[in-house]
Amino acid sequence: MANIETIANEPAPGSAVSGIDQSAGNFRYEEKHDFDAGTGLTERTVDYISAVKKEAPWIKDFRLAALKTFLARPLPTHWATRDLENINFDKIRYYLSNGQKPKRTWDEVPDDIKRTFERLGIPEQERKFLAGVEAQFDSEAAYSNIKEAVSKQGVIFVNSTEGLREHPEIFRKWFGKVIPTGDNKFSALNSAVFSGGSFIYVPPGVKVSHPLQAYFRINAENFGQFERTLIIADEGSEVTYMEGCTAPKFSTTTLHSAVVELVALKGAKIQYITVQNWSSNVFNLVTKRGLAHEEAEIKWIDCNIGSRLTMKYPGVVLKGRKARGEVVSIALANDGQHQDTGAKMIHAADETTSNIIAKSISVGQGRSTYRGVVHIPRHLKGCRNNTECDALLINTNSRTDTYPAITVRGSANSVQHEASVSKVSDEQIFYMRQRGLTEAQAMSLSVNGFINDLTRQFPMEYSVELKRLIDLEMEGSVG
Amino acid sequence: MPAPSPTLPARAIGGFTAEAFAAHLESQAGAPAWWLERKRAAYATFAALPLPARTDERWRFSTVQGIDLGSCVAATGAAPLPAVLPVKAAASLVFVNNRLVSRSAPSAELESRGVVVTTISEALRRHEPLLKAHFMAQAQRLGSEKFASLHIAFLADGAFIHIPRGVELSEPILVTHAVSGADAAIFPHTLVVADENSRAAVVDSFVSIPGTGADSRQLAVGANDLYAGHGSRLAYAAVQDWSRETLSLQLNASIARRDARIQSLNIHLGGRQSRHESLSELRAPGAYSEMLALTVASGTQEFDQRTHQMHQAPNTKSDLLYKNALLDSSRTIFSGLIVVDPDAQKTDAYQSNRNLVLSENAEANSLPGLEIQANDVRCTHGATTTRIDPEQEFYLLSRGIPRAAAHKLLVTAFFEEVLTRLEDAPLHDALLGLIRARLDGSALT
Repeated sequence: MANIETIANEPAPGSAVSGIDQSAGNFRYEEKHDFDAGTGLTERTVDYISAVKKEAPWIKDFRLAALKTFLARPLPTHWATRDLENINFDKIRYYLSNGQKPKRTWDEVPDDIKRTFERLGIPEQERKFLAGVEAQFDSEAAYSNIKEAVSKQGVIFVNSTEGLREHPEIFRKWFGKVIPTGDNKFSALNSAVFSGGSFIYVPPGVKVSHPLQAYFRINAENFGQFERTLIIADEGSEVTYMEGCTAPKFSTTTLHSAVVELVALKGAKIQYITVQNWSSNVFNLVTKRGLAHEEAEIKWIDCNIGSRLTMKYPGVVLKGRKARGEVVSIALANDGQHQDTGAKMIHAADETTSNIIAKSISVGQGRSTYRGVVHIPRHLKGCRNNTECDALLINTNSRTDTYPAITVRGSANSVQHEASVSKVSDEQIFYMRQRGLTEAQAMSLSVNGFINDLTRQFPMEYSVELKRLIDLEMEGSVG
Repeated sequence: MPAPSPTLPARAIGGFTAEAFAAHLESQAGAPAWWLERKRAAYATFAALPLPARTDERWRFSTVQGIDLGSCVAATGAAPLPAVLPVKAAASLVFVNNRLVSRSAPSAELESRGVVVTTISEALRRHEPLLKAHFMAQAQRLGSEKFASLHIAFLADGAFIHIPRGVELSEPILVTHAVSGADAAIFPHTLVVADENSRAAVVDSFVSIPGTGADSRQLAVGANDLYAGHGSRLAYAAVQDWSRETLSLQLNASIARRDARIQSLNIHLGGRQSRHESLSELRAPGAYSEMLALTVASGTQEFDQRTHQMHQAPNTKSDLLYKNALLDSSRTIFSGLIVVDPDAQKTDAYQSNRNLVLSENAEANSLPGLEIQANDVRCTHGATTTRIDPEQEFYLLSRGIPRAAAHKLLVTAFFEEVLTRLEDAPLHDALLGLIRARLDGSALT
């Protein structure tokens, strides 16, 4: 693993590079770039990124075409929030080279973030990384171990640059096919300037025993602004991928726009788990979609706690007979936050089934929105969809919206959609207070109960941290 | 007032040219100045706004290219009397081609208590303040500003109903709006003001008179204003049975004040493409709005229903149930939104859309939405799209009932859940009869 050694040889913290690179830093290259792409987005920016990454010409052409699409597309404010207009695309750095990392010291990290680390019990070293004080921390061993274990099974687990350069025969076929460049303005943006992310290939019949975690790779390359992930599960294989972590990530960059494509070939299973907890100055505009072939299963587990505005609607295109798609979504919107999340289920074959369960919690003046699409075209038989959306409003001025869109053609399919909005029951709170809990404790317990059946689907350590995090968010929401 | 835009294509104006509008204004010469001014402003808005575009979120899923004014012009001229609903009525009005052709006045007893069932043109002379206060008083929110403006600009006459404080009517008031002739446009309007603690039922019926050009294009741009004062109970039912070549846009607006109760039921049967917008405002505590609709969609018909349940005060309740049965290659769209304002605590809102798809080629679209800004509320919605339950079908078949009859029975039962909410039994029977007749004539097998 030559690349990883390169990283290990990077200068130690304290030197000129000890700042942070919140955009996928290219510190896996030894050469220094004296200039960076600067702010704003032009063809020059794309040329620069492509040159730095030593990409094949077809990738550069792909990026340039995407740039044109991005510039031509209007913002989708005819249905989406006008908050998008506050993004200043000209002031954003789309790619940072080594010498240009923003620097921050531990003292500059806001107190509430530090307190949260404390409460969540995040290890010291990790805290500095998450706060953007240090670009690296030592999870190298964990990543190497995982990578070694899975590569014995023939699994390819690399970043986007390496994936496209070393394994084009595998990844080129599906790259940009599940989510075409022109899908939306932000997928076009990502296609133009993507870097970082994971490219994974699981060979036929292989059941990956370890959940693959981007978390283990965070020192190999930082969580990117414009991550690009492509997971291909070949026939009959199974893989679980986890992205993000429950601890808040303090970011200096304000726009994050990832594209995640999943391809589950016949009978394969992919489970993709996301926990998003960006700091509350971040616009998080993500496109995620999976393509499920015959009898394949794709499940998105999506948890959004951080960011200023998240717009993310994980989708599954059910392309083969008996394919199955599932989205489990948890959103928590606190003051100043808007969680605009949901799911899309596009049925394209007979006997496909899909299930969407979305729960949102709005605290203070937070706003959570469910937006969904369920589409069952003509002449399909035996397709079923079930959608449940529940919203919990904690304070009197909390806000929630639900905007599903359901299209069914033909008489051989069935869909059902249900949504409810409620507040924490006074009776429950009274009961718990009578048993000696404070109002805040009672409230936390109720909220945790509201999402308990979903958090149980998360891996153990995530669900424990999630509970602690909800306790934290609920503090100060009552009384 | 938006300035007329010279860049709009001619089809955005159709036959409703400035000359046609000037001629219409002349016919309204005796009307009060505010009325004429409102019409001028409305015409300017109509002429300035474009036709709905595919990218307009409020027209999502609609076949917007079908929203075409064609060469329709305001209908005039005599025609045979239309059939009216076979229900004993407290009073009735029949309009053909925008003019009153027949009426039966309320009983002397009701008139002595102040009940008014008359035309808008007469109300302009005798009930001006009330008309001014309630005529198209709500802002359009659901996408049809252009057509609301067209309606105001070209409205020649309509129904004006006023139920004074404390008066209770035991029988419904029937209003019939009919159109005849090729390329005929009509602008039906029904305005109902129910004062404190009054009680009334009003039925609107929309028909094309057969024969005289009913197989060619017609346009109906209608509106109705329902106002329920404190403690009143107002029931409104509408049966839309335009010809199969009619483009219909109907804008329904209701306001419920403290402890008022409004029930509206819209039955959609006719038209080539029909858009129905329903805006229900719950303005004061205790207000209750029940919104019901039934659609039998067949052939290539498209029915597009948009609703807003607007909870603007604490302790208000709304209950929406829209049911569609889809045959042949028909399409339906339901887009509903429950809007709970900040501080409208203790809101109880329900919204339900049920689609019964009876054909391989039919398409049902549902957009059930919520926008909630208060926490102590109970808001739920549900949307389902299903076919006939095979078990229920099997049960009926095993009892020797032929398949077509069994289906008819099950579809009627599907609708009965809505019809049964009508309190007026004769009205219930008359409407059920209409739906049965429609199912008999359909391709239900």
